[in-house]
Amino acid sequence: MRPFTYARADDVAAAVRMSRDGARPIAGGTNLLDLMKLEVEAPDRLVDVNRLPLAQIEPADGGLRIGALVTNSACAADMRIRRDYPVLARAILAGATFQLRNKATTGGNLCQRTRCYYFYNIDQPCNKRVPGSGCGAIGGFNRNHAILGTNELCIATYPGDMAVALCALDATVEIATPDGGGRRLPARDFHRLPGDRPAKDNVLEPGEVITAVTLPPPVGGIQLYRKVRDRASYAFALVSIAAVVRMGEGRIASASLAFGGLAHKPWHDPRIDRALVGNAPSDALFDHAADLLLEGARVWGSNDFKVPLARRTLKAVLREATVTAA
Amino acid sequence: MTRTLIMDEPDTRNRLDHMAQGVIGKPLDRPDGAAKVTGTATYAAEYKIDGCLEGVLVTATIAKGEVANIDARAVLEMPGVVGVLHDPRMTVRSAQGGAGKAPKQGPGKIDYYGQPIALVVAETFEQARDASKRLEVEYREEHDAVFDPHAKDAEVEEQTAKSEVQGDLERAMREAAHAIDVTYTTEGHNSAPMEPHAAIAQWDGQTLTVHLSMQMLKYNVKELADAVGLAPERVRLISRYVGGGFGSKLGISAEAVAASLAAMELDRPVRVVMLRQQVFQCVMRRSETSQRFRLAADEEGRLIGFGHEALTSNLPGEKFVEPATQASKFLYRGEHRTIRLEVARVNRMTAGSVRAPGEAVGMLALECAMDELADAIGLDPVELRLRNIPERHPSQGIPYSSRKLAECLTQGAERFGWNGADRAPCSRREGEWWIGTGMATAARVHNLNEAEARVRLCPDGTAIVESDMTDIGTGTYTVLGQIAAEMLGLNPDDVLVRLGDSAFPPGAGSGGSWGAPSTGSAVFEACEAIRAKLAEMLGCTDQELTLKDGLAIVGNRRTSLPDVLAGQELEETGHFKPGEIEEKCHSAMYGAFFAEMGVNAYTGEVRVRRFDGTFALGRVLNCKTARSQCVGGMVWGIGSALTEELVFDRRDGHLVNPDLAEYHVPVNLDVPALDVVLLEERDPAGSPLQAKGVGELGICGAGAAIANAIHHACGVRVRSFPITTDKVLAQLPEP
Repeated sequence: MRPFTYARADDVAAAVRMSRDGARPIAGGTNLLDLMKLEVEAPDRLVDVNRLPLAQIEPADGGLRIGALVTNSACAADMRIRRDYPVLARAILAGATFQLRNKATTGGNLCQRTRCYYFYNIDQPCNKRVPGSGCGAIGGFNRNHAILGTNELCIATYPGDMAVALCALDATVEIATPDGGGRRLPARDFHRLPGDRPAKDNVLEPGEVITAVTLPPPVGGIQLYRKVRDRASYAFALVSIAAVVRMGEGRIASASLAFGGLAHKPWHDPRIDRALVGNAPSDALFDHAADLLLEGARVWGSNDFKVPLARRTLKAVLREATVTAA
Repeated sequence: MTRTLIMDEPDTRNRLDHMAQGVIGKPLDRPDGAAKVTGTATYAAEYKIDGCLEGVLVTATIAKGEVANIDARAVLEMPGVVGVLHDPRMTVRSAQGGAGKAPKQGPGKIDYYGQPIALVVAETFEQARDASKRLEVEYREEHDAVFDPHAKDAEVEEQTAKSEVQGDLERAMREAAHAIDVTYTTEGHNSAPMEPHAAIAQWDGQTLTVHLSMQMLKYNVKELADAVGLAPERVRLISRYVGGGFGSKLGISAEAVAASLAAMELDRPVRVVMLRQQVFQCVMRRSETSQRFRLAADEEGRLIGFGHEALTSNLPGEKFVEPATQASKFLYRGEHRTIRLEVARVNRMTAGSVRAPGEAVGMLALECAMDELADAIGLDPVELRLRNIPERHPSQGIPYSSRKLAECLTQGAERFGWNGADRAPCSRREGEWWIGTGMATAARVHNLNEAEARVRLCPDGTAIVESDMTDIGTGTYTVLGQIAAEMLGLNPDDVLVRLGDSAFPPGAGSGGSWGAPSTGSAVFEACEAIRAKLAEMLGCTDQELTLKDGLAIVGNRRTSLPDVLAGQELEETGHFKPGEIEEKCHSAMYGAFFAEMGVNAYTGEVRVRRFDGTFALGRVLNCKTARSQCVGGMVWGIGSALTEELVFDRRDGHLVNPDLAEYHVPVNLDVPALDVVLLEERDPAGSPLQAKGVGELGICGAGAAIANAIHHACGVRVRSFPITTDKVLAQLPEP
């Protein structure tokens, strides 16, 4: 861990100011501190945002506004979330451990970094950690790596669960900006593909601080989060699927699916949702959805199994969702 | 006085059964338990020592070559940094268990990626860790490193002393009614103890005192003394609590030697704690294995031919070879036998003992192969085992001592509700889940080791037991106290057990499941000597003397021990030596595992639903700690079957998953409530306590029951462990 200075922000404006001046916001620190110990991250300034008044879940425009500092535990335990947005509670509970969820926050969790083994090892090349150094995972061990949206620079995945559910729910991320105006953007647009800048996980710019995530009015339906991993708990997703599905008269009335473990961002493909709507559930339909999902899939050696696994998991989720809803 | 007991013959006296206190075998709580769960038990790195410096090891980032130059100038300028050590006496591998001399030294030559090459010492841990990452090291890299034991250029040596060829296996295979020829592979494992390897070294100019986390102090003293160039008398080691060892702390490792050298050079105490990544990279791994089985059976499923050939690996120059074929030598019949063990020399970190070396992976593979044979014959796998229990050791011809394998198999099957008639895969489905059952034999060699322990019966009628024996979480404090309490007729609360200090008499150390039967026998013998003295003081024979509740009872006369002792303290040292018993009869621990597994028909995820172990391991000294050991072993079995795997990058040989996030040990949710039954048994050849080893049996075969249950559930036979989702998926039928 490199020496760093530490300051506490007492209001959002101060956090934005300090962040603009180069300080890294720290909330629960469940990911950042680990990375700093390994010197994967070496910020010279931290701004502690834990005292900001952003730890409430409150009604907003028929939905809910989850403050950036609401812990994962509090969010997953909130009765309104459990009743109206169960996919979010389930996704959160599928991640990490009690202890970590007690510290991890809504805003911080969105900024969780990849678990690529080469990103974590400072003696290995990684374009995400040191732009231009190369990608160790390509040609190396890439079991937990992406099959969608990759390129030769980076095949890392976004490792989180909560954000996958937020994408299925079409949540909105609220961000405070240095100009004081703030901005809002769909959770589906918050994370990005590696492109030519794999070091950049999401669209946050210096000085921007996440203040809240808002959920649209409840849509009901069957909400599932299925996470396939190498052990029953405390492992990152090989493939995960958040699904919000409503049935009507034997047909799929609405569907919103998002995928974890497959790409540099939670994967959402509106073509899949559209292809499902209006159709009666069938193996052929589910296979068609999987075809759309995996159309551009590219495998890297140790993650080849993710293609059949994603297909099978998607079929299991759609089957469960449509059977339960019917 | 020292009284010596040599185990040359079975000990049929059953002395413990003739004592009166009635505490042996009872589920006594650990005296150290409260301290551990409240955080007041002081582990090696936790001693507060004034002026203590902090050291962090620097490890190699190439797999083979030399350190050409270390430029420490920049690092020495950093705040708090007081020194950089690159001493030729630094050790670069861990000592193998029982070595008693320094392991390989000289951090200038590199044999594996992650090898320790230097130590950075600073005032604070954070300073040292940061500086350790910034040390400028230049290498002269050699590009002929071998990472894969199966590579063409890997040098392979046969362990002829461990090989056995008897009869004509090829012919047996040809003529057998049923034969299988299958190869199983297992990947490398790490012990991953919760407490990392840690040492605080203090040097006063005369004596080197080191608080550390080790399993076998009597050897560790010699290893450390040899490494730093001191007489063993000038080295004192203290290891009162050990947060898990599992073999990785049998022999001295790099942190203790580096801390000692730094303390001697800088004249200040130095603490070195391995980072979690270093516990993975520079201590010990269990070798990966490739194991071929040729099993030939007659019409009735009786083995006529038995072949087990294993390839393991280790660094050049290491004597340890994972004894994967160990249990195959004695477990089943088969007149025509070929048992071979080979080691490939590779540039991976040292391979050494990891809990149940040999059987942990050998039984895992053998018991799957047996399942395949049962399948081929169409025979209940339990019945196949029962038919193949040999009358005498198949190659040595010696008899077995107490061996309750058949009882474990039949009673275990009964308790589990085993249905041996229905072995067709894909026959039970619950929702998305295929459900299946599987079983396996448990077997583990019984080891003994020389041990001494001192017992003092104090004038107040309490006793103190002392040995340099360690308690690595197994319950040694508890069971040694129980043995003394039973033998001396004391309430266990009146027996204080002091362990883990090399100033005490040399115990057996914790390894090979021999801790309790060996050091326990030394305690037993010391107590026998004390009993003899008490009898003499009371003018009776030992047979006439009953010790119970602090009273000496002879006929109608009851005298409290303080009155008998009249101010005197009795001190005796018991010295236990394993004698020739091993050559006269074969003693081992046995058991049977039964598992019920679910396999998700869509995703290939597997879940352990039920898992039972029935074991016969001689006298149980404490049924609570023994059960815990078995449970822990079975959890390891789950890990070896399903999740644990050291992954190496094939390009540069670095360990890809050196932490607990990516090296997957089973977590609570992976482990259902485990049912453990310990059969009543006395093994007169096991030890004078009629007890045998407990700590390792629970792993030996456990994973095979799981693998066999997966096969029964969904018809998928994965022959490469661990059985991860992707491997299941590759063979899984359509949902």
